[in-house]
Amino acid sequence: MMPADDLFSWALAIAFAAIAIAQLLAMFRLVIGPGTADRILALDTMVVNAIGVIVLLGISQGTRLYFEVALIIAMLGFVSTVAYARFVLRGDIIE
Amino acid sequence: MNWAEIGTYAAAIFLLVGALFTLVGAIGLLRFNDAMTRLHAPTKVGTVGIGALLLASMTASFVFGEGSFHELLIMAFLFVTAPISANFMSKVNIHRKTCVPPPVPPHGETWSTLVKDEIDQVPTGSQN
Repeated sequence: MMPADDLFSWALAIAFAAIAIAQLLAMFRLVIGPGTADRILALDTMVVNAIGVIVLLGISQGTRLYFEVALIIAMLGFVSTVAYARFVLRGDIIE
Repeated sequence: MNWAEIGTYAAAIFLLVGALFTLVGAIGLLRFNDAMTRLHAPTKVGTVGIGALLLASMTASFVFGEGSFHELLIMAFLFVTAPISANFMSKVNIHRKTCVPPPVPPHGETWSTLVKDEIDQVPTGSQN
């Protein structure tokens, strides 16, 4: 195996592990978070990390199938974060 | 050293940078001790980490298959929407008073995030 490919597979494994740990830490903040904004922020972070996991899955399997999944999850994550925040701010989402 | 090898090294470096930044953002989300301070870590550092992972995905697609710039779309969307959602969450912090309150503006007014009662008093026929 070429050293470049070796380094690439190691980097892929390290990235999977790092994002899994980041997802666990964000979930911990979601559970213990003292305020509402902390929980919204933890959910937003988990959505962004899920995009990272899906992108890594696409790299490791060498397919292009996961691009649309990541794009749609990015859009839904933004919309849901804004919806949560607006519900807390105004008591209503669409006035 | 040919171009494929250089691309593989570049993709591996982007992967490592993205993993490091994402992990640091999540650690900051867990370790900081103020709500407004906690807002900084995932919305800046984590976004840069995911951007580096998307860059790695683009580089890997150029090295291992036919290349494409599709991931630029996700990257642009994330970089545009991360400050907007951070602004909304900081307004939630101000509204729920889980942070140091902002200084009072002059002339007896108050911030628009905090005036809920006056908005409720607007007659229903005059909105929009």
